[in-house]
Parts: sequence; C-alpha cells; structure tokens
Amino acid sequence: MELNELTAHEIRNLLESGKTSSEEVTRAVFAKIDREDGQIGAYITLCKEWAFDRAKTVDRKRKDGQAMPPLAGIPIAIKDNICTRDIRTTCSSKILENFFPPYQATVVEKILASDMVPIGKTNMDEFAMGSSTETSFFGVTHNPWNLEMIPGGSSGGSAASVANDEAIVSLGSDTGGSIRQPAGMCGVVGLKPTYGKVSRFGLIAFASSLDQIGPLTGDVEDSALLLDAICGHDARDSTSVDVPANHAKALSGSISKNIIGIPDEYFVGGLETEVETAVREAIKVLEGLGAKLQRVSLPHTDYAIATYYIIATAEASSNLARYDGVKYGYRHKAEKGLSLSEMYGKTRSEGFGVEVKRRIGLGTYTLSAGYYDAYYLKAQRVRTLIRNDFEKAFGKCDCIIAPTSPTAAFRIGEKIDNPLQMYLSDIFTIPANLAGIPAISIPCGLTRDGLPIGLQIMGKAFDETTILQTAYAYEQAADWRTITPDGNKL
Amino acid sequence: MTKITPDVVDHVTKLCRIHLTNEERKKFTEQLNQILTYMDKLNELNTENVEPTSHVVPLENVLRKDALSPSLGSEKALANAPDKHGEYFKVPRIINGTE
Amino acid sequence: MTDIGKNSKDAKGKRQYEITIGLEVHAALSTTTKIFCACGTKFGEAPNSQTCPVCLGMPGVLPVLNENVVKYAIRAALALNCKFNLLNKFDRKNYYYPDLPKNYQISQDYLPIAHDGCLDIFLSSGKRKIRINNIHMEEDAGKNLHAGDTGLLDASLVDFNRAGVPLLEIVTYPDMHSVGEVEKLMTALRDILMYTGVADCKMEEGGLRFEANISLMPFGQTDLGPRVEMKNLNSFKTVIKALNYEIRRQEKSLRQGEKVTQETRLWDDKSGETSPMRSKEEAHDYRYFPEPDLVPLVIDEQLIEEIRSSLAELPASKLERFCKDYGLSEYDARVITSSRALADFYEEVAAVCKEPKTVSNWVTGELQGILNEEKRDIGDCPISPEQLAELLSLLSKGAVSAPSAKIILRDMFHSGKSAKAIIEEKGLSQISDEKDIRPAVKHIINTNTGIVDDYCKGKEKAIGALIGKVMKETRGRADPTKVSQILRELLEEEKRSR
Repeated sequence: MELNELTAHEIRNLLESGKTSSEEVTRAVFAKIDREDGQIGAYITLCKEWAFDRAKTVDRKRKDGQAMPPLAGIPIAIKDNICTRDIRTTCSSKILENFFPPYQATVVEKILASDMVPIGKTNMDEFAMGSSTETSFFGVTHNPWNLEMIPGGSSGGSAASVANDEAIVSLGSDTGGSIRQPAGMCGVVGLKPTYGKVSRFGLIAFASSLDQIGPLTGDVEDSALLLDAICGHDARDSTSVDVPANHAKALSGSISKNIIGIPDEYFVGGLETEVETAVREAIKVLEGLGAKLQRVSLPHTDYAIATYYIIATAEASSNLARYDGVKYGYRHKAEKGLSLSEMYGKTRSEGFGVEVKRRIGLGTYTLSAGYYDAYYLKAQRVRTLIRNDFEKAFGKCDCIIAPTSPTAAFRIGEKIDNPLQMYLSDIFTIPANLAGIPAISIPCGLTRDGLPIGLQIMGKAFDETTILQTAYAYEQAADWRTITPDGNKL
Repeated sequence: MTKITPDVVDHVTKLCRIHLTNEERKKFTEQLNQILTYMDKLNELNTENVEPTSHVVPLENVLRKDALSPSLGSEKALANAPDKHGEYFKVPRIINGTE
Repeated sequence: MTDIGKNSKDAKGKRQYEITIGLEVHAALSTTTKIFCACGTKFGEAPNSQTCPVCLGMPGVLPVLNENVVKYAIRAALALNCKFNLLNKFDRKNYYYPDLPKNYQISQDYLPIAHDGCLDIFLSSGKRKIRINNIHMEEDAGKNLHAGDTGLLDASLVDFNRAGVPLLEIVTYPDMHSVGEVEKLMTALRDILMYTGVADCKMEEGGLRFEANISLMPFGQTDLGPRVEMKNLNSFKTVIKALNYEIRRQEKSLRQGEKVTQETRLWDDKSGETSPMRSKEEAHDYRYFPEPDLVPLVIDEQLIEEIRSSLAELPASKLERFCKDYGLSEYDARVITSSRALADFYEEVAAVCKEPKTVSNWVTGELQGILNEEKRDIGDCPISPEQLAELLSLLSKGAVSAPSAKIILRDMFHSGKSAKAIIEEKGLSQISDEKDIRPAVKHIINTNTGIVDDYCKGKEKAIGALIGKVMKETRGRADPTKVSQILRELLEEEKRSR
C-alpha cells in the first residue's frame, strides 16, 4: 500500500514513529498526480515547490523534537475559491484566470499554522455554481470511480483528489451541498460545518449567507481532525462565531443513547431505489449500535430549492458585480475607443461562463424594483419556516439521517443543458445550508454500477460532535472506507 | 406562463452589465421563465406573519477598534490590475457621470 | 451672494413661485481608519497607497464595522435631536461605477441609525426648525480622475484611497424655501458636526458634500412641482450657485408654460450650469438587500446615554449659557461660541480671572487682533489660557495699566514669557501710590501752562490732554484713575488761587 492511500491519522502515526517523512508522503502524492491527474482533472494549479519546501521544513521541525500539531506534514488540496497568497486563485473562471491574491484566506493561515503541506488548488464549478464540476473554465473533473461520470460539485476537484489519493485531505466549500454531494458521489467523507464555525475570510463569495468551508477526507477521524484545525473565531469575519473545538477527541463517544430522526420528506419520489436501500441499511446498522429511531417531519423541504435559488442567486448577483475588469482579473481586450459600458459588458460576458451569467441574471431580476418582495423577501420568510422545521425536529432527536443526493453520480453532460434539472439534484443538501446547521456525508454503499452512495447526517447548530460521533460509529461498523475506486477490497 | 419577455431580459442584463447574443438572449428568456415558474411554488405558502431570515448566526454588534493597520501599498494594490497609469487604475473614459 | 429665493418675484414685485428645497449632506467622519477596514483616512496620500484587499473589493474579503463610526453617528444624531433605531442593519446598494470597488455600496436603507430630528436656523425673521428625515452610515467611493484632468484623451483614472472612508449621510425634509435658508442650514450643520468632533468638514478635501432637490410651484398650489435632484455639489458656494441657476432655469420654463422634468442633474462648476445626468432608460434600480456579511447592530441605550453626557455642548445652548452665566452681550457670546476652541479658551481664562466681560473684551479684541495679524488660530495660540488669566488678573488688581497690558500681551505672544516676568524685565508695574504720581502731575502742570490756563478759564475738557501727558511721562505705568483724580485736585487748587 502506498503512502498516499493512507488516511491522515494513519500517516500521523507513521510520522510520529519516524517510519516515514512528510517529504516521502508528499512525493507519493505528487507521483500519483503525475500519473493520473491527466485523466481525473482534479487540479487547476499545483504548488509542488512550495509543498516540498514546507514538507522538508516540517520534517526538520519534527526531527528537532518540536511538539507537532496532529496534521503536521499532511498534504492537503485546497479548492480554488479559497485565496492563497501569491498563488493563482481562479474560482475556475476565466475572469480570475490570472488572479494572484495579495492575501491569505484565514483557513489557509490555519492549515499553515498546523504545519500542513498545501499541494495545489482544485477544480470546481465556476464560482461554485454547479453540482457537477462541469462549468469550470479549466475543463471537467472526472469521477475516479468511473471516468465518464461527474464527480459531483461544486467541490468536485477536492472530492476527486481525495478519492483518487491525489491528496490526503482537502478543503471544499458548501453553499447548497457543494462539499457533501461530491463527497457522496466520490465515496469520501465531506463535512459542512455550522454557518459561522469556519471563517469565510478569503473564501471567494458565491452566496454569503450560505457559504461555508469544510473538510473532504478519507474517513471521519480525518474530518474531525481537519475541522479542529480550521474552525474558530476570526476577527476578520463578522459572521464568525467563537466556539471551542475538540471534535477529534470526542469522536468515539457512545451513540447508544442517541435518537436519530428519519425525515418523511427525504424518502419520497425521485429518490433512486438503490440509494434508498443503502440508506435504510445504514439506518439499520445504527439501530444495531443502540441508537433509537424517530420519525420526524420537515414539511417545508419541498420549498427549499426555490428558496435557495432565489437567495443564493440574489446574493451572487451582488457578490459577482466586482468582476468588472477595473481592479483585477480579465478585461476585454479593447480595440480603440471602447466605452466604459462596453468594457463592462464585454468583460463580463466573455469572462463568465453560461451558468454564472444565468444565475447573475436570475438574481438581478429577483432583486430588481417591483420583484423584491415577491421573490427575495418571500424566500427569506420561507427560509425561516425551513429553520423552524429543523428546530421542531431537533426537539425530538439528536441528529437527522437522510440520503446525501437522490442519485449516485450521473453522466458528464447529462444535465448540463437543463439547469432546473441540475438544481433539483441538490434537494437533500440545500436545507442544511438554509438552516445554517452542520451536516456530513459519508459513504454507505455502492450502486450495482459500482458508484458510491452518500449517507447524510444533519445536526443541531454547533453540534458537530454528535454528527461526527454518529458517522464514526457507523463507519467503524460498516467499514465502507476500505472500498476504493479500483473496486479492490483492501 | 410567461413571466419575462426578452425586453425584461434586456433590462436585467443591462443592470448586471452582461451582453448576450440574440441566441443567448432567447435561450436565457426561456430558461429564466422555466426557473421562475418553478419558484412560484413559494406562493403556496402563507408567510404573512413570518419574519425573514437574513442571518442564521446568533450574532450582533461585531465591531472592531478604530486602530490603524498597514495598507497594502499601491504597488501590490495595482499588481493584478488589467490596466494602470502610474499609481492609478486606468479605465475607459467616463462621460458625464454616467457609464 | 443674492438670495434668489427671496427675489423670485414678478414685475409687480410679487413672488410667483414657491421654492421647496431639501438637502442630502455627506460628511466624512474623522475616524482614524476606514469604516470596514484598518486603512487610514488621511487626505492627500499617494494614489492607491491607502488601500487593502477589503477597500479594493478584492474577492473573498469581508467588512468589519469600525466602532467609532457608530459612536460618531450617535453623537451627530444626538446633536441633531434625532430618534434612534435601536436595531440597525446595513444594506447593499447595487450600481456600477469605476470608483465603487465592489460595485455595491454598503449603506443603510431599511433601518438607518437615526431618524426624525431637527435643527434650528436663525433668520432675520426669527428661529426656524428644519427637520431631519434620517441619518445613516455608509462607505465612501474612490475618486475618478476624468479625461480632462488626466491628460489622457481616452481614459479616466481611479484612486481608491477614499473608498471606504466612513460617511454620515444626513437627509433633511424639504423644509427650506430660499437659498438663504439653505445657506444657514449648511452652516449650522457644519458647526454642529465640527463642534461634536464628528467631522472636519474640510470642503476642499471633499469632507462635506451635498445633493439638493428642488421644486417650484405657483403660490397657492399644494402639490409640489416636479423634483429635480442635483448632484456633485462640493461646497457651500457650489450649492448656492447651483440652486440659483436651477431656480432661474425652472422659473423660465414655468413662465414659458413649459413643464419641468423630474430628473437628476449634474452641476458643472466650469460652465456654471446643470445638465441632465442619466437618460430615462437608465433609471435607477439599486436592488437594495440586507448585507449578509454584516450582522445586525443593536444600539445600547446605555451607550446613547454615555455619549449624550460626554457630548460637547452645542453652539446654541452654549450661546445661551454664555449670556446668562457670564453676563455677556449676545453679540460677544456669539463671537466667542462661534468656534469650540475659542469658547473653551475663553472659559479657561474666565475660570481664573473672575471678570468675564474683561476677559471677553481681551479675547475677542486684543488677542484675536494679534492672532489675525500673525495668521494663526486660537488652537495654536502660544499664550495659554492660564497665562492670559494671570495678565488680566494683574490688570484688574491694578498692578498693571491697560496700555501696559497691551504691550505685555504682545510680548507674551512672541517671547512665550509670563506676564510677571515681562513686567519685571521692562519695569512696567503700575504706579498707583499717590506720592509717586504727584511729582509727575506737578511737573506736567508746570510745563503746560497754556493748557492749564484753558482749564482755569472753564474749558474742563482740557484735562484729557494733561492726563495723556502724565501717562506719557510715566511710560503708561501710572494708574490713569489716580492720575485724573490728582490732576483735578491740583488744577482746582490752581483755579482757586488765581
């Protein structure tokens, strides 16, 4: 077994016992990237030199006997909407094709402070707008389980990099399911923390009231470790909340007294039978571990997609107004005498892809005079109803279990021309974003075609501990993490 | 039900500074109509006495001290600029307060 | 400057149109840093040197509110007698312009910090209340340098140093009916903002900018005419010029039976004219919505009270107190309270030297005269209030004469020495002992027989000339009261003896 196929906590043991070095792990990761990323397309930008530099520094520190953070020396991939100082950060858009931020995102500062080794920037849907990683200016990312399939999105590159052992762990962002859905489709663990738990400073905004950065990892323990490394209060983010964190320590807590909510509205038409079967099997496993099951209702689930696409596109239309060819990024190469308004229009039309333009247009429309009350304000009110649903449900249970997505990965190109169809595939992940609550996706089986199925566990705000414990208990019992894209049971 | 006509699309794309080709404009109008029709779902709900949610975090009064930190400096500020002139960002001529 | 509002009369001298004017005032707050980032707010720095990812609107960065902006806004709102919205929110105002880094401005639309206030303006006809509609906090934009000013034909340049400087926007009701009233309001508002330390109001730095809306209607009509908004008014003078221009333009249209279009017009200082700013199809649609990157601001009533009690006294109430407590004339009190620094200086002197009127005379007279000559401000007057108080106390005790005191004051100003030291050095202490004065008086009587003759013949006014000569003889040191008393006594003796 190669070093890059191990989880972070496994590598940590090897590093601490001196059996390997960060440099060796980093080398194994880059070897795999060199061999296979041409087919996968997980990365947009690699920072090999920096990675080896840091790996060597970390190895030296360890040799000197310094106390090292848990994830010291672990290679990590970073979604390309997270700003890295002096390293190109594109958001998968032509409009930021050559943008080099003069600042570091807070999460990047934190992983550097944890002595982790950043290896590159991963592909994504342009501005995180998509569910398939097909809208990237830099090309599609392929699902390591089947190259004809999408890896999910928008954090498709981050999910694929971990699934294909081209990174040990990675960072993604989740606005409507963009960590959990690709995690589910690539057979890895993806966690969307509570809104406010991880600083958004340096995360290129899609929808500010929904965006949240989180870990994509090989297993639940790595997820907890990486969450511990990146969460915490940040004075540069006004929506950042100060809550103490030691999720990794609490991981193996018993779940035998936990009540698990099963929401009626998540097991309905549109849910593929294979997915439903796998999720119901997983619920049985948890019941076998002593958890109590409780039927709950989230009656406004059916309105989540409409609510989400109104709020997210409205915020996006404003967040993306800054890409105008003035301060940074792409500008239309002018023939002489171009007017300012032509410069704006051509820059933005050429710089943004179709889906981004569609969403900017939609958001502009719903915010415009005469429509605000009917769309944006209405959606904000329904958002309250959706939050209330969860509050009520969590009165009866400790966490809620559901599928991550209604289907496993679909074919590249299958939904790209039908935006509404694409939006509908986010039905199960969107409510957690609207409510601001944490949710994790973990593998819970494979379809007959050999594609991973994701199990989603949603928790109360700031109670990542319960969902991590539940996920960990399930993972230990079911052991899906030993399945790899090659289909070889290791 | 048609909610938006190509004229409305023109108004919207003008507001958000995006030029569309005729074909794009046609497709866009269709797709927006489809999506907006779907969004009419929300009208099934009575939300008369429901407060809107604009933030999910239980926070208020996040303030910082009025204390100076070093600025970026004009060189770094301009490093990503598509066009500049000396220490200024350069843009096509602005006429009479309009664009 | 002529007040056109008042002169808008027809041939028979009757006013034809009632003018209604409202103002939007943008004041740059005098905080150290910008509203949402830690960049400085200084004026005149090298272009784009005072910027960071936040105020440049770079991707992924976030705003954090400067606490002093809130405190200053509360101060201004209290000074303008406003009511508070305890729950405050920020909104995004979306529009494209090269000087607006994010292409939206963070402002307050739905729940501004304060509303429904007022301030008084003083007209010859008496006091008038102008109502304030609302006060809100927002960020300033950068500065565009237009083609004409850059030397480039086909390009404009942008400097973002000003982007993110905190602004207070104060919106009045359309309560003004002449350009004169507008001028009074602008002055009163500036005084308050400067007095409360909220803003420097340096117009040459764009620290105080205005937008005006104006409508004309025939007298007796109740519907306000079409509202014309005017932007780009960067000084009192410009506001006045632009309003006068606009009144003339609209009157002309109305007289010719034309309609005035409701529109936004831009003032051009060079041509001295206004012209329509945006064509109608570009009608504004700011798409306001709550700023998701900032959480609500809940103003604590205790904070308001703290600020209220720490708030410097406002010009109007200070004026009243100075008249009452110090027994000053309204004129003197107005001169002294016209600047906070001068009023503070006065009060410090008056606290030591308990002769408020004398203090007022010297502060506004002699001292102000020297300051004017030297082109200096009371703020950097080299004579401290304590030093002046010492001099004036010596004067009132009779230790120094008034003419000497003037010489001493001038010396203090230039040398920085104390009054006592100068008196000592120059031997300027007052001679008030009779036995020291009498010889000098006798000497003058003996050497000015002509004037003495006049006096004895009944021309009593001649005594004035003799007093002057005694004062000159004693180099101004003799106590003038004593001099006149002794002179009269000796002259009467002389008269009787003749």
